[in-house]
Amino acid sequence: MTLAEVNLSIAGPELFLLGMTFVIMLVDLFGDENKRAGRLYYGTLLTLALVAVYVFVIAAATPRFAFNNMFVADQMSTILKVSLLIGVGVLLVYSRGYLQTRKLFTGEFVLLMLFATLGMMVMVSANHFISLYLGLEILALSTYTMVALNRDSATSTEAAMKYFILGALASGMLLYGMSMIYGATGSLDVSIIAKTIELSRANDPLITFGLVFVVSGLAFKLGVVPFHMWVPDVYEGAPTPMAMFIGSASKIAAFGFLVRILGDALAGASNDWQGMLVILAVASLAVGNIIAIAQTNIKRMLAYSTISHMGFLLLGILAGTKSGYAASMFYIVTYALTSLGAFGIILLLSREGFEADKIDDLKGLNQRSPWVAFMMMVIMFSMAGIPPFVGFFAKLSVLEAVLNVGYTWLVVYAVMMSVIGAYYYLRIVKLMYMDDPVDTTPIVAGRVMRATLTVNTLTVLLLGLLPGAGLMGLCLAAIQRSL
Amino acid sequence: MQTSSYILSLAIWVPIVVGVLVLFLYRDEQKSAARWVALIGSLMGLAVTLPLWVWFDNGTAAMQFVQKASWIARYNIHYALGVDGISMLFILLNSFTTVLVIIAAWQVINEKVSQYLAAFLIMSGLINGVFAATDAILFYLFFEAMLIPMFLIIGVWGGPRRVYAAVKFFLYTLLGSLLMLAALIYLYNVTNGSFDIVDFQRVPLGLTAQTLIFFAFFASFAVKVPMWPVHTWLPDAHVEAPTGGSVVLAAITLKIGAYGFLRFNLPIAPDASQALSGFMIALSLIAVIYIGLVALAQSDMKKLVAYSSISHMGFVTLGFFIFNTQGVEGGLVQMISHGFISAAMFLSIGVLYDRVHSREISAYGGVVNTMPKFAFFAVFFAMANSGLPGTSGFVGEFMVILGAMKVNFWYAFAAATTLILGAAYTLWMVKRVIFGDIANENVRALVDLNAREMVMLTALALLVLLMGVYPQPFTEVMHVSVDALLKHVALGKLN
Repeated sequence: MTLAEVNLSIAGPELFLLGMTFVIMLVDLFGDENKRAGRLYYGTLLTLALVAVYVFVIAAATPRFAFNNMFVADQMSTILKVSLLIGVGVLLVYSRGYLQTRKLFTGEFVLLMLFATLGMMVMVSANHFISLYLGLEILALSTYTMVALNRDSATSTEAAMKYFILGALASGMLLYGMSMIYGATGSLDVSIIAKTIELSRANDPLITFGLVFVVSGLAFKLGVVPFHMWVPDVYEGAPTPMAMFIGSASKIAAFGFLVRILGDALAGASNDWQGMLVILAVASLAVGNIIAIAQTNIKRMLAYSTISHMGFLLLGILAGTKSGYAASMFYIVTYALTSLGAFGIILLLSREGFEADKIDDLKGLNQRSPWVAFMMMVIMFSMAGIPPFVGFFAKLSVLEAVLNVGYTWLVVYAVMMSVIGAYYYLRIVKLMYMDDPVDTTPIVAGRVMRATLTVNTLTVLLLGLLPGAGLMGLCLAAIQRSL
Repeated sequence: MQTSSYILSLAIWVPIVVGVLVLFLYRDEQKSAARWVALIGSLMGLAVTLPLWVWFDNGTAAMQFVQKASWIARYNIHYALGVDGISMLFILLNSFTTVLVIIAAWQVINEKVSQYLAAFLIMSGLINGVFAATDAILFYLFFEAMLIPMFLIIGVWGGPRRVYAAVKFFLYTLLGSLLMLAALIYLYNVTNGSFDIVDFQRVPLGLTAQTLIFFAFFASFAVKVPMWPVHTWLPDAHVEAPTGGSVVLAAITLKIGAYGFLRFNLPIAPDASQALSGFMIALSLIAVIYIGLVALAQSDMKKLVAYSSISHMGFVTLGFFIFNTQGVEGGLVQMISHGFISAAMFLSIGVLYDRVHSREISAYGGVVNTMPKFAFFAVFFAMANSGLPGTSGFVGEFMVILGAMKVNFWYAFAAATTLILGAAYTLWMVKRVIFGDIANENVRALVDLNAREMVMLTALALLVLLMGVYPQPFTEVMHVSVDALLKHVALGKLN
């Protein structure tokens, strides 16, 4: 294979990111302590921006392959990559202050974050079970370490331990399932597997058996019921920025992963996985929404909220149609956006020695800062799926896709669960607007952070008012051209 | 009308934009600026709706003042507005009520003034949107978004149990509307990808599908109306809401439920509506009689008026489901009349509450001695509430009873008991609060109406009287639209 056949330029952004990561790693070794943090911060932001531009510039309408079909750059991967790069950038802006006051804004954090980003980019662009797995592990190993970054904190370490053990188990299951599919089809290439299954092997028990393991592994990674046990503990134990990372950018990558495996490689076996996803979605919507009500820690509450949102995401995927995948894609991108906002506000309220992670810490926020309270309200209503915020249109498109394939009962069930879900989002609004503050420390935050948070919130509102102006149609077009 | 009209867009966006402006005046020292901006905004909001009345064409049942633009191309959703004889009056009613509410808050609300006024202005725009939307998703958007300001109004400025009432209000209405959303998506699939309400009304549907759709919409609108037995959120919300909140709830948001029946249930599921008319009539009559009796037993003035609202709304739904012109028009007239009267009743109670800070009937007595002007208005509105001929309360009730008589004597008979019950609970309250000797020191210290309160109550009294004496301008507007609707329902969708 010559270099031209490898088609390196398709994977240019990933290679560039890798190179920049090494540069930043080296730069971190020099200079005095005080200057380093700023250099890391701006260097990373610049890298992310450049990579995003690069991804955008080389984007093409038709899928292009590299590394002997192991890697694909198509419209879906372009949109997902740009969103997750923006997500990571916003995350860095939000978490800088938090991490600096806790002395965690170090070279290690930045590097791990960059490696995780690289892993995510590989995940959404992989067209081969090996490269999929490779991307997943780059992401996972970086994330385990980031969760444990606060070495002196026992809860943090415990969360990392739990995450690592369960994550490793899930990876094992996934790999086992993949090996069975390899046995049945004789290939690890997504396109070849898809063709083989479609032609001859749709009812092969070996594939069904492998599918069970693959779906279980994916369910672990997504954190859907009954494989969700790690989610609340990790959210609560991890430093807030890491929880934010798991709840936003990494979910975008997980969606790409899911679609590549189920929607592309195993599309021919959709009858088998549809039923499995129905069970996972039904259970996630129930457990996520109901248990969230009982939480007193806002990070745990958001963890259960994520579980229920992942249930909704699965609804779109289990429809098994292109409009279903497109709906889920819109859902995950907008969910990541809202989730960033929610964690951003928690970070905004936290300060040295104070995590702002109790629900009661939000009491009377409207009296302390009407604008912050308003932003949180927008985010909560969006998560609850109330129009005119974007969460409503995300839910609408998923429900439409599900109803279109005839699962009327599932739609009715999902809306019932949304009402239960609305209660705990509403409770946050109630605390902010209708209770008196217990904590009256003035809210201090950098101008950049405030501005970013404002833009973030206004996007939630604006995408709600004009979802068709771009993203919704873009997702559909991307899915149609990519699968 | 073929050309695009922007009047409805103005009716929606003027209050919202002014509301957002007011929101930015949130510092406490800018109270009076916020009030003036809000008042001017609400007057502007009212002014932009007046052309609807002036240029309205009574001769057609088609949508007028139409504006249509593609909004979400992916799902063929349009920003489509338009009014017909059924919806037009409610936009005026709503814009008018908003002015009253802003005036009512003038000296009363002193905390978070700008947020309070902004909430009302934004809600006013959203409610206009509900009545003007001719695209189902746009309708749904306004319908739901309206809950947010109302939730805050009840929860932040309400009485002691405000939080409970606010959450109950929100979840109750959300459950109903989400089921409606499922029905809307179903209809979208049946019509091959359209969210236009007119397409929904045209598409043929089997009886089973119609019945399911009927109940999905019913879940949403019955809660809003509210019909017995899903009315229990209303007394809580009414009692705990600040005066302005109660006024808007009673005068406008209840009407949205009834409007929904006319816009969705009847035309989209006509055969199911007819098949289930007995059920609907039974619920309506239970509301009229049973809730009337419940009202009789109340010791809290606001609760009494709240139950009276439910009872009166029972009349409206009764009128709709007897399927004749008098019934439907009577129901509509009743809705508008009740908008005026209930607003007046809640404002009157607000007048007393601001002075004495009690809503208990027993805390008053002999108010006429210290507040003669107020007593005049209170007695007048009480009479209107119990349906005295010459007031607007009479017209609607009379038409509905007349319509019911054509269908079944006993419906009419049962409905007519409201004339007795309504008079009983309203006048008995008036007797205990207004007349008699001065009951206590609080009453002795009362000061009569000030200019602000005079303006509000006089305006309402004139409208009640006008509509009572000369209802024709109101019925003229709705006549053609109602006839077209009834023809459509009679035709059905099955063949």
